[in-house]
Amino acid sequence: MAFLEIDGLKKRFGTVDILKGIDIDLDEGGFLVLVGPSGCGKSTLLNTIAGLEPITQGEIRVDGRAINDLHPSKRDIAMVFQSYALYPNMTVAGNIAFGMEMRGVPADERKQAIDKVAKVLQIEHLLKRKPSQLSGGQRQRVAMGRALVRDPKLFLFDEPLSNLDAKLRVDMRVEIKRLHANTGKTIVYVTHDQIEAMTLASKIAVMREGEVQQVGTPAEIYNNPFNLFVADFMGSPAMNLIPATIRAEGNALNVVLEREARAPILLPLTKAPAGLSVFQGKKIIFGVRPEALTDPDGAERNASTIATADCHIEVVEPAGSDTFAITNLGGKGVVARLRADANIQSGTDALLAFNLSKAVFFDPATERRIV
Amino acid sequence: MSAIVSPRAQGSNRISTKTLNRIVIYGLLGLFALFYLMPLFVMIVTSFKTMDEIQNGNMLALPQHPTVEPWIKAWGGTCVGLTCAGIKGYFWNSIKMVVPAVLISTLIGALNGYVLTKWRFRGHTLVFGLMLFACFIPFQAVLLPMATILGSIGRFGTTLQNATGFRFGLGNPTVNLVFVHVVYGLGFTTLFFRNYYEAFPTELVKAAQVDGASFFQIFRRIMLPNSLPIFVVTVIFQFTNIWNDFLFASAYAGTGDRMPMTVALNNVVNTSTGVVEYNVNMAAAMIAALPTLLVYVLAGRYFVRGLMAGAVKG
Repeated sequence: MAFLEIDGLKKRFGTVDILKGIDIDLDEGGFLVLVGPSGCGKSTLLNTIAGLEPITQGEIRVDGRAINDLHPSKRDIAMVFQSYALYPNMTVAGNIAFGMEMRGVPADERKQAIDKVAKVLQIEHLLKRKPSQLSGGQRQRVAMGRALVRDPKLFLFDEPLSNLDAKLRVDMRVEIKRLHANTGKTIVYVTHDQIEAMTLASKIAVMREGEVQQVGTPAEIYNNPFNLFVADFMGSPAMNLIPATIRAEGNALNVVLEREARAPILLPLTKAPAGLSVFQGKKIIFGVRPEALTDPDGAERNASTIATADCHIEVVEPAGSDTFAITNLGGKGVVARLRADANIQSGTDALLAFNLSKAVFFDPATERRIV
Repeated sequence: MSAIVSPRAQGSNRISTKTLNRIVIYGLLGLFALFYLMPLFVMIVTSFKTMDEIQNGNMLALPQHPTVEPWIKAWGGTCVGLTCAGIKGYFWNSIKMVVPAVLISTLIGALNGYVLTKWRFRGHTLVFGLMLFACFIPFQAVLLPMATILGSIGRFGTTLQNATGFRFGLGNPTVNLVFVHVVYGLGFTTLFFRNYYEAFPTELVKAAQVDGASFFQIFRRIMLPNSLPIFVVTVIFQFTNIWNDFLFASAYAGTGDRMPMTVALNNVVNTSTGVVEYNVNMAAAMIAALPTLLVYVLAGRYFVRGLMAGAVKG
């Protein structure tokens, strides 16, 4: 039995289905990230776990106890909001202690708890200030302090980093991860940023239009996406999704990538997924991540199946750590990720290596992965 | 060469129109200010003059022999109807009526605004629409129905007195006026607070809920302490309206020793025995106007800020 169990959860607003039956389990100490584009229902899902929005159907259990009919304060949760939601009329200490005050914790105990949390988050010098006198990062810390001091069973984070500037966001991301490692608490975290999802999560749930598309570890989500949406949403730069055809040559299958005014590229598959054989002569979507499409020298040494092809490079984008080259295959712009010092010019041809052991295939009709 | 000269010429041209505009604007503003300040000037000047000076001198002239006699007489000795004990009693009547009426209507308005924005229920827009509608009901339309209601309340008070020996203030003219002004003011106070709380971050309320605060705890600890600007706006608005109200005051407390300041002032001015004492009348009018002036001076800077806050954030 998992620590957090969400079972057939549905939420309806009038005639609109916001959540269409969500099932997610999370073990104790896990870090679940709900990720998806805006309007996918991830924040609503978090709010229903917090009890800030009622549910239409289903059950939410924490540690074996159904909590979906309890008041937010009785669920043994703590929440960090996107806007931090610090009470502007109270000092930092007052903010952190407000929940304890409401629960009737004696003043000296409150003080001890504040000091302990302030020490963990290094905000001891800020305790007497008002939220308006704090910087964004400090406010973020105080908001986390308010959650930490409660010592709840479950932490809920609602896009806590989206109000910070890029550099601070990376710092706070590390800090949240460290906090999770040190406290071992169970966390549910909402974000629309797939990098945050990849770096923080022990488990990711990708959502779209009120449905969970895929639940899995970051590696599973990244390497084995269930469908086109997950493949396209996770990863930056995004996975190349190229229209292609399957052709049989003897008993091996080939992926054929059409090109403008040139002979198509033939990529022989040595370990094709079993489901691909029925697609002989049919259209499929060939998915390859930019790092699996690189210069032959930079290709993974131990990759079992590598195919090379001459490609016309249209644009070169040096990004410092890598060089991105954009070519055109199957009528779509395709990004290849090369070594930073790769010798490549735009407007010329270059030999690119396809790491086919990392490639995935999708059925264009169902958008599901072919396995 | 011309390419360099012509922009400069345009620039100076623009500056001169700008200055001209400024002159026109400030000239007009000054004129309006003068227009509004003139009556106040005449009132203040007249209230410090003796009767001789008023009868023989220029209305706009400064007093030759300034005297505070008219003020003292207006406060403690002038005749209101048949009693000649000044307006001080009525001044306190007004205070006793205005303070509770303002506070109660403001607090209930805040509570209404809180519910209408943060605890939405089915049909909340309709309820708000109806409350808004209350702002447009003219005083006159309320007069007779309200008189009937107050009459019933008064009779109920008498019944209570016969039964328990205590009437809980029911039927008391001051309590009646407080009731009328609270009911009439609710539309406005609700409108103010609803619009302010509309822009108030809902996440704060959610955070407080997670923290375990109850409905009223959130109201008292989170909403009210962060409502100072709109609180001040509402208090000024309500104070001015209720203090200056003459119609309800004369209709429901127009006679007897419970009448508010506005009715008393009218009676002072209308008392027609002997010479009309303009200086005393002016002093009495000034005394009647002072509390609202004082509220503006003390809270005025929040007034503008509060109006702006609602406008920009909304």
